[in-house]
Amino acid sequence: MSALLLTIEDVAVELPTPRGNLRAVDHVDLSLEAGRTLGIVGESGCGKTMLSRAVLQLLPKKAKLTGRVMFDGQDLVRLAPERLRRLRGRDLAVVFQDPMTSLNPVLTIGTQLVETIQEHLELDTPAARKRSIELLAAVGIPAPEQRLAQYPHQCSGGMRQRIAIAIALSCEPKLLIADEPTTALDVTIQAQILDLLAREQRRRHMAMIIITHDLGVVAGRADEVAVMYAGRVVERAPTQALFRRMHMPYTEALLAAIPKLETAPHTPLPAISGRPPDPTRPLRGCSFAPRCRYAGPRCHEAKPELKGAEMPGHLYACFHPIRMTERIGA
Amino acid sequence: MMQLAVRPEPLLNVDNLVVEYGLGNKTVHAVSGVSLKVARGETLGLVGESGCGKSTLGRAVLQLRRAKSGRVLFDGEDLTAMEGEALRKMRRRVQLIFQDPIASLNPRRRIGDIVAEPLIISGIKDAAERKRRVHAVLSAVGLDPDLVANRVPHEFSGGQCQRICIARSLVLNPEFIVCDEPVSALDVSIRAQILNLLEEMKARFGLTLLFIAHDLAVVKAVSDRVAVMYLGRLCEVGPSEQLFAKPAHPYTGLLLQAIPVPDPDVRPAESVATGEPPSPIAPPSGCRFRTRCPRADQRCSAEIPELREIAPGQFAACHHPLA
Repeated sequence: MSALLLTIEDVAVELPTPRGNLRAVDHVDLSLEAGRTLGIVGESGCGKTMLSRAVLQLLPKKAKLTGRVMFDGQDLVRLAPERLRRLRGRDLAVVFQDPMTSLNPVLTIGTQLVETIQEHLELDTPAARKRSIELLAAVGIPAPEQRLAQYPHQCSGGMRQRIAIAIALSCEPKLLIADEPTTALDVTIQAQILDLLAREQRRRHMAMIIITHDLGVVAGRADEVAVMYAGRVVERAPTQALFRRMHMPYTEALLAAIPKLETAPHTPLPAISGRPPDPTRPLRGCSFAPRCRYAGPRCHEAKPELKGAEMPGHLYACFHPIRMTERIGA
Repeated sequence: MMQLAVRPEPLLNVDNLVVEYGLGNKTVHAVSGVSLKVARGETLGLVGESGCGKSTLGRAVLQLRRAKSGRVLFDGEDLTAMEGEALRKMRRRVQLIFQDPIASLNPRRRIGDIVAEPLIISGIKDAAERKRRVHAVLSAVGLDPDLVANRVPHEFSGGQCQRICIARSLVLNPEFIVCDEPVSALDVSIRAQILNLLEEMKARFGLTLLFIAHDLAVVKAVSDRVAVMYLGRLCEVGPSEQLFAKPAHPYTGLLLQAIPVPDPDVRPAESVATGEPPSPIAPPSGCRFRTRCPRADQRCSAEIPELREIAPGQFAACHHPLA
């Protein structure tokens, strides 16, 4: 376990709201080894983005964070702002959902790339420019030299996301956090961007966290998947193991609710009734219990811990886990 | 699955429709000669990526955007030739559901009033009658009228707002509804609820739907037939099962291949499609997909491919269709 690059230990994030404190992240533990990919999956409001903001130390000012975020041997929660600033962008990079909001509309693409590179690496301007051109070429932008003089609005959505990725990769980060990197893009462009991220990750031996609402996005591309619901990780397992045998009813229901290409038209979808609980109200039992068809009296009384199944690395938070007795198929 | 007996005359017949927008001194070729038919009781799915013209087509069908040329026959009458009162009367029979349910509800008005508005516009003066119909339609979409009628939109989640929008579109008993990305703003678990609701409402009220979306799996779940659109033109039209099992147009094949499958044993294919769609301001000559198509040759740039029948009921506009 010495190769752990990131460990999130008992992280909780609370946001004050007029209706009381909102539990955005409810005591989460996660870890990631160098060069590996972790997928964090969940629906809107499950806390997946707030958790990534906690890692990046980019939470809203009023947010209350507890726990530890150990990255490369230091606790980011207690790191001085100046050291944190040097770390972000260099060892710790991020790509957001909407590339238009992460790029500065009044600066050229070249300025934004060169600025990032010179902030963190000791390169003179011609060398930083050269590196920028190489990076744009690496992320699949045709005629990269001409692009340097252009502004973000002159590029398509897919191009902008490629540029945002080039900036994120510019200082060879150890960890890249991609927060819904393809949600704003069309499906054919999405496939290209996911391929690009996977290729650059392999090439640079970079660790990656992909945050998404789409189980399809993580299925083929993450080593491990954590499913979040109402601020907690409710199931966590190596990707293959998770899809072969999900133990948490929420994970199963989420997968079942996705329309599948193989299914005949007009087949009713197994929808999850109701909706997630109000995160400002205290909850005694399992947060999924009110929507769960397996829930018993105990589920409404006590919170199930995230604990191990018989398979190493497969954790679930459920009193009535499903598919426990089946043998794993060959 | 067998269809209801289809009457020979389609409910909607779009004939060679052209819609263009002016952009400074340039022209955006949003819809360039699209023809399609929707039978009574049928759901036609319309898929394509952003900017392909699918929403413009939906709006042009409802005359919310007037076409440059072509005809839209609804129940035999040409909507493109109608104006004023005649068009308003016709609009009671056709409705629209939008992508963003929260933005399409007036935040200052109570739900009961929002759903009653179409009744007021169509001239139903009896308040008791209006209330009765609003209650009936709210119950039909799974909301408790007594609990919701006096509340305002921000008290509801996205999924519930979409239920309210659906109630509003149903209150005049329309025959035909254009659903423009009705579930793409919703979470997976809520999306399934709304798709099921649309199917239920369609059966209960005998609706005909034009279902516009970018997600092929979502479209397949509700559609009898599917039309695939690329840069203002139809690439392929056919029965859902057949089109997904055996796509004939390379673009349909590409779309199917690009969908991430929630199964780790299905390794994502390295994306074959390189590049992005060209601008609809200057669409390519000949076949509009040729700039991204691995099968394209000289003929594709010289000659516009017409939709032709590849298999029974399946039409593709391609010089080199997939086997």
